[in-house]
Amino acid sequence: MSSEGDRAESIASTVKIAADVVLEITAHCLRAAPEEGCGLLAASGGSALIDRWFPARNAARSARRYVVDPSDHLRADRQAESEGREIVGVFHSHTHTDPYPSPTDVDEAPDPSWHYVVVSLRGEVPAVRSYEIANGRITEELLETT
Amino acid sequence: MPVEVRLPTLLRPSADGQSRVKAQGATVGEVLESIVAEYPALESQVLGSEGGLHRFVNVYLNDDDVRYLDRLDTKVGPDDIVSILPAVAGGAS
Repeated sequence: MSSEGDRAESIASTVKIAADVVLEITAHCLRAAPEEGCGLLAASGGSALIDRWFPARNAARSARRYVVDPSDHLRADRQAESEGREIVGVFHSHTHTDPYPSPTDVDEAPDPSWHYVVVSLRGEVPAVRSYEIANGRITEELLETT
Repeated sequence: MPVEVRLPTLLRPSADGQSRVKAQGATVGEVLESIVAEYPALESQVLGSEGGLHRFVNVYLNDDDVRYLDRLDTKVGPDDIVSILPAVAGGAS
């Protein structure tokens, strides 16, 4: 798996994601292909480490669009709360394009405090990158696996 | 009897940082109006320009999406929990 890309971006901050989470969300996206895979990311309250993820059905059933199934979101939100965690981001796959937010990703980003992880299946090796998306602005985050 | 409303992280700053608030109302619409009355900054984030639900918000009465019930006319009881979540979507195209 590659966390390198070929875009030169300024990186504003670091996001820490448990290695198991990175591996598992990538596997989830590979299994979802040819549709875009998606799910939610969670961290313990006050922690900077994303150590939990929740799979979600892609309600759009599309290779070019994802919609986190609302009932899966509700279930994840409740489960996260019961574990003392909060939903802090979303991941989805780009089956044929780069691991970079599309205009659609930017337009529909729901929460400026979230982390937006894109898993690209374009190459032979999946590429995983993370971003902040706020006020229409994309800023890549340095992704640290722990 | 007040009804509990769960708020996502996105809306908490508009509700004094709270993740859960109490609201009054016999329907989902009245409950939302109740929280908007107490926290006016929530209005534009929860309700659409024509008074219905904001299109990028999903509202649940317990386990059920109110869009599949009676939407804002869905009746609410004292032990019910209303959950508000943002719609999450995007994609390569």
